[in-house]
Amino acid sequence: MITLHLPKGSRAALAGGSIVLIFIVIGIFAPYLAPSDPLQIHMDHRLSLPSWEYPLGTDHLGRCVLSRLIYGTRTSLYCALIVLGVVFAISIPVGLIAGYAGGKVDQLIMRIIDVLLAFPSLILALAVTGMLGPGPVNLLIAFAAVWWTGYARIIRGMVLQIKERDFIMAAKAAGSSHLQIMVRHILTNVARPILVLASMEVGTIILSLAGMSFLGLGAQPPAPEWGVMLNDSRTYIQTAPRLMLFPGLVILLVVVGFNLLGEGLRRADGRMHE
Amino acid sequence: MLLGISCITFALMHLTPGDPAEIILRADGIKPTTAAIEVTRHTLGLDGPVYIQYGHWLSRVLHLDLGSSYSSGRPVLTEILSRFPATSLLAICGIIVALLLAVPLGILSALYPDRLIDRLGRVFALLSVSMPGYWLSLLLIYYGAVKLRLFPLMGMEGGSSLVLPSLALGFGMAGVYIRLIRASMLEALGQLYIKAARGRGMREWSVIGRHAFRNALLPSLTLLGVQIGGLLGGSVIVETVFAWPGIGRYAVEAIFAKDYIVIQGYVLLMAVVVVLVNLIVDVGCLLLDPRIRLR
Repeated sequence: MITLHLPKGSRAALAGGSIVLIFIVIGIFAPYLAPSDPLQIHMDHRLSLPSWEYPLGTDHLGRCVLSRLIYGTRTSLYCALIVLGVVFAISIPVGLIAGYAGGKVDQLIMRIIDVLLAFPSLILALAVTGMLGPGPVNLLIAFAAVWWTGYARIIRGMVLQIKERDFIMAAKAAGSSHLQIMVRHILTNVARPILVLASMEVGTIILSLAGMSFLGLGAQPPAPEWGVMLNDSRTYIQTAPRLMLFPGLVILLVVVGFNLLGEGLRRADGRMHE
Repeated sequence: MLLGISCITFALMHLTPGDPAEIILRADGIKPTTAAIEVTRHTLGLDGPVYIQYGHWLSRVLHLDLGSSYSSGRPVLTEILSRFPATSLLAICGIIVALLLAVPLGILSALYPDRLIDRLGRVFALLSVSMPGYWLSLLLIYYGAVKLRLFPLMGMEGGSSLVLPSLALGFGMAGVYIRLIRASMLEALGQLYIKAARGRGMREWSVIGRHAFRNALLPSLTLLGVQIGGLLGGSVIVETVFAWPGIGRYAVEAIFAKDYIVIQGYVLLMAVVVVLVNLIVDVGCLLLDPRIRLR
């Protein structure tokens, strides 16, 4: 038997990576994997027990629970990806400029970020969603608006360190423009730690997004979304407790996957630096 | 800092789609007259240029007037403060639960690194940070209240109703504490004074409890300041699920009622609470650690 001797960090990364990969595949191939239409209502099959036709049973409107979970994977991963994308689109330029420019620009940007960071992120996201009105798009806007600050601060810190290195001096001496230096020399060097950091946070983002949908502030019924499913199941906690079991279990599993992956990557990254 | 916080909170009001005054009046279901909109806009301080609006608003806030809830008509500050004891009680019990779980596990993990207890601690910490609080709350309700009927289902009646929400809130916090206490205990155990204490023939539990743990405690206090925001956020969900009459649930209700003034007041007060708690934590560190005082 072949045994793999891997260092501790990469074992966690491997386990987490596999879980994440499985969920990504499920998300991409959702239409082929789901046994039935996640939105199709069958009033004559309400709250039915698991069967061949409905492997995990049906919910209060007779919809296939398994299919809803599978499509929910798509929703959660999509949304987390969009949030991360927007967060990067804001935090990378802001962090780069603050760190590279220094001086008054840096001070002003950091002051704004410090103030924003004083607000508890979930509560600020809650408030922004509240002001914009509940809904999936507004929730994503709120999350991006809240989440970029931490990244911008970290990126700025990294830029401050890299800025002083010799190869930046060399690039300056070779006549590269500021933009060239920022993008080609600094950004490429901060990219990997940022990605590691992001992989650690995807789990938290998925957790919080589903939590907001659970409160009724994000995805709205009948959307196949895990938080919405959990919220729907609350009414049937006495009669059909299995309805609340599966969505929670799936959220826990995917978040464990991302956390393991992030933690493992962080440790592997740390070793590489040593 | 507080000035910045007030700016952001004020700006939040301008995120509302359309004219807040009109939305508030429309919520009654009657199309408002232009005159009524003007009056409401004036009472909300939404007429005039932005900086004057902000000045008016700030001076009112500094006089502790956060405006009135449009759905109940009562002052927002009174409404929030009346729910404050419930939320702080829950938060304190949540912290106690987290510490009850984390202190023994963290210490044991540090004493026996890479042994079974350490691995258990690691798995527990992972589950704790990955567990959806809303799901855990539902599970606790199902097993604790529906099946075993040990605790009341929801609401706030007597001490037993506090158990399930505190567990739900504390479990999520415990993971980070386990990791932190383990790390700081490991660091403390490697110090010379531990060797000295052992060399003086002190009992092992005394070495661990009085010398190592007390020194490992300080980072935990600092972490509390960092986590207080997350705790307040987590309490929103726990309070909603358990129908706990606290501030978080009030805020969620306000969002659905489109009670913007309440949301605004809520955010402002929560940010102030976070700043205050961090201030208290800093002072606490000063009192606990003479080394910081000397610096």
